Amino acid sequence: MRANGTEGPAKLVVEHATKHYQTKSGTVRALEDYSMAVAPGELICVLGPSGCGKSTLLWAMAGLHGLTSGRVLLDGQPVTGPHPAIGMVFQEANLLPWRNLIKNIQLPFEIKRARPDQARIDRLLARVGLAGFEHKYPRELSGGMQQRASIVRSLSVDPEVLLMDEPFGALDAFTRDEMNLLLQEIWLETGKTIVFITHNIAEAVFLADRIMVMSPRPGRLANVFTVDLPRPRPISVTTEPHFFELVAAIKGSIDHGAGAAGHAAVELGL
Amino acid sequence: MSTVDRELQDTIPEFKKDKGGAQTVDITNLSAMSGALGSIRSWAEVGAILLVAVVIVGGAELLLRLLEVPQYILPTPSQTVTALVTDFPLLAPHIGVTLTELGVGFAIGAAIGFVLAAVITQFPFVEKIVAPYILVLVTTPMLALVPLLILRFGFGLEPRIIAVALASGPMVMINSATGFRRTDLAKIALARSFGASTLQIFLKIRIPMAMPMVIVGLMIGSIFGLLTAVGAEMVGGSSGLGNRLAYYSSLIQMPQFFACILILALIGISIYVLFFWIGKKWASWES
Repeated sequence: MRANGTEGPAKLVVEHATKHYQTKSGTVRALEDYSMAVAPGELICVLGPSGCGKSTLLWAMAGLHGLTSGRVLLDGQPVTGPHPAIGMVFQEANLLPWRNLIKNIQLPFEIKRARPDQARIDRLLARVGLAGFEHKYPRELSGGMQQRASIVRSLSVDPEVLLMDEPFGALDAFTRDEMNLLLQEIWLETGKTIVFITHNIAEAVFLADRIMVMSPRPGRLANVFTVDLPRPRPISVTTEPHFFELVAAIKGSIDHGAGAAGHAAVELGL
Repeated sequence: MSTVDRELQDTIPEFKKDKGGAQTVDITNLSAMSGALGSIRSWAEVGAILLVAVVIVGGAELLLRLLEVPQYILPTPSQTVTALVTDFPLLAPHIGVTLTELGVGFAIGAAIGFVLAAVITQFPFVEKIVAPYILVLVTTPMLALVPLLILRFGFGLEPRIIAVALASGPMVMINSATGFRRTDLAKIALARSFGASTLQIFLKIRIPMAMPMVIVGLMIGSIFGLLTAVGAEMVGGSSGLGNRLAYYSSLIQMPQFFACILILALIGISIYVLFFWIGKKWASWES
């Protein structure tokens, strides 16, 4: 079922991940028995409505918090805390407003007490079109530029896996298309393994090799869709009938299959 | 590989905006500060402000001369300035004394206040227990303790330095604590995702985030320190600008008395400008 057709050890495995939060109003079951395997170099989208446990899942994969039960494996090793091979891109860029662009990008090096890989940073900045903006502060940059900077920050330390938490959710539709295109290019160039969280079906179809559809409360894996649209996908792919069919199929599965606990994988050969 | 962060372990990853509530402390925040200084943009506005000063000072001069108000009731601005210039050598050591008390007392009080705020806000339980006592320290005029402190420490600088520290410390602390309480979990998670330790999160995320409120606390604390220093000098001792105020008023030397007030006003304004400038440099990202 692997999108890239390779068989072999998975890069990232989530096994029966369950997370319950203890809050004052009782137990919140955010994530229930979620399992998936991400192949090396695969781009997975986790799709679901707000509050379905997507971010909880991503935080667990990043080692930011533990699971009530189940586990996350990176290259077969359990993830028990933040891991240098796992990079994160947050909602709304999450730049530190008191640091300029270059200081923001150097943050991971400061934390690791390593010398910044300036050549790599410069190359990445040029790649995303931010060369010359090094000394601007986040408030002086547009939302798209901020998110590009945050992608550079994550890639600057060369992680193997990139976990992206609705990174483009706050951007307008045009900027979002632009960013999705850029992300696809960077992914094709670097071959990173990416898990991308979104609540936007079209975004998921445009980006993903496979789409994990989650049902809300508790967050379960409801359906898996394989997207076989050829790469690189231009923005115009979003106006093709196949694209619409996929979007419609996913939408239908959410409307009618939300309650179903089955893990029926719907193959859509296009 | 490091372990899971204590704070993030049971946190639902929803990033609500504006969790800290520091933005709601609007009587003293930095935008209020910049309202007074930052809004001065054009030379025309600066000119207008100076013109108002000229009109007020000139009008006072004119009125006091026309009405022949005796000097011992209210000296004219020119008499005050003359006294300031001619008696400056006499006043200079007292300025030094007041500034020393303020500087040393404020440094001690602010350092303790800042560290306490940083530590206590990390332990919500401790904070709850300590909060009412801090409130007592903030609301009680520390000037009231000066006679007691003089009994214990004599008429030197010590009781006044202690009073300044007691007055400014809680102000710095209560404002800094508000700053440290603003926890932006997304930014802490960001640092954690790069493997930051608790100390690194504190130094690179929490302190910069608290800075705007810390600076507000330093400004209010130093002004309170100045008030307390002058008040303590009036109560006891033989030096300092507060002592000179009491001295000159007892001798009905009103030009010298007003010269002292002018100096105190200049010190107060300088403190304000200093912290405004610091705020602009270190906390301008806030606004």
